[in-house]
Amino acid sequence: MQRLSLTLVLLLSCLNANATGSKILATGGASSIEGAAGGGIVPWAVINGYGSSDQWSVTGYASQVGVDDFTLNSSGIGLSYDNRYEVSFARQTLQLDTMGGELKQQIIGLKYKVAGELLYSRMPQISVGLQLKKHLDFTIPAAVGARDDHGTDLYVAASKVWLDAIWGRNLLLNATLRATKGQQTGLLGFGTVDNNHYQWLGEFSAVLLLNPQWAIGAEFKQKPNQLAFAREDHWRDLFVAWFANKHLSLVAGHVDLGSIATFPRQTGYYLALESTWAF
Amino acid sequence: MGVLSRGLFLLVVLTGCSSAPEPKDWLYQQLGAEKGLAQLADGLLREIEQDPQIVSHFADTDIPRFRKLLIEQLCELSGGPCKYSGATMQESHTGFQITQADFDNLVAHLMKVMDAQQVSVAAQNRLLAKLAPMYQDVVYR
Repeated sequence: MQRLSLTLVLLLSCLNANATGSKILATGGASSIEGAAGGGIVPWAVINGYGSSDQWSVTGYASQVGVDDFTLNSSGIGLSYDNRYEVSFARQTLQLDTMGGELKQQIIGLKYKVAGELLYSRMPQISVGLQLKKHLDFTIPAAVGARDDHGTDLYVAASKVWLDAIWGRNLLLNATLRATKGQQTGLLGFGTVDNNHYQWLGEFSAVLLLNPQWAIGAEFKQKPNQLAFAREDHWRDLFVAWFANKHLSLVAGHVDLGSIATFPRQTGYYLALESTWAF
Repeated sequence: MGVLSRGLFLLVVLTGCSSAPEPKDWLYQQLGAEKGLAQLADGLLREIEQDPQIVSHFADTDIPRFRKLLIEQLCELSGGPCKYSGATMQESHTGFQITQADFDNLVAHLMKVMDAQQVSVAAQNRLLAKLAPMYQDVVYR
């Protein structure tokens, strides 16, 4: 799956070089590990790709997070229209490098821009989103106390770019409020034997656009801590993004995922490749 | 939190240092003053001419007059010695059905022309920051 999507992404990046959308470079964000346009771990209010009003955009991505005892591969495709509607499909595989085995889930994402324009309005761009998650091998999550193999996350995100904000550079800030029942974003199932309530969690990103092609950023993702067998920590990352053009972007980062399934201090790298085109 | 507050402190100090008094016409000079703005306007007109997405909006435009007003407006916006004598943005764009894609394209053309004239990233962003709020007066009017 991973290799297939990587090939697909590379192929797409060679396709019809004229099929660029009108949106300004980098304003489609990157593809987050859950498939929605955003940073690396936070879905933003931005709509994926470069399709502006009345334009379509298709995006493909593949990413890998490698920490001490786990590797998370994620890949997917997204479709957007009118810089307002976004649909995405993502597949995640978490390899349990030390324990052996793997966990998989798939995510269908929907996003709708409610108000505001990232670059042009005084108010932030605001979007609401849904993520329909389905675990594909529930044996391990069930064994550690998870209740359901599927769950739906709801979120509202606000993103805004301040032009000429710091040292003449543009600054993007994003805040997302998510309601979820997922443990480790759903990779350890949804809800627990004793608790089946939604939790509201905050997720934040700050990105400094050094120039139209290069950006540096930091993210924080609040996490629940529900499963009795192991502590779950908030996630953090620092990243550098390179937007080669409106077809190809690369993100490299450092992640701190804290304790995962009794394995403490999981830190490592994040790499993501995205290709997008519009018509 | 300690790291964050120290970081913020450093940011404040550094920003403070770099904000030495800046002349009122800093941006105007960065854009190349009178000559630079004329080149900018000509470059932009060339880009518009080659863009099928937006060129039709200019079908009935008196181009020499448009050019003169554009230079005036950029000059005034950037702190130069000019006074914009044209209609408001809302008046001059009402009825043209200008879309977000049209606006995005014009921004991209402006960035391309400024790149070609080697306008610094900081000066480009300063100008874009002054133009971006016009979106609401220009689009879907």
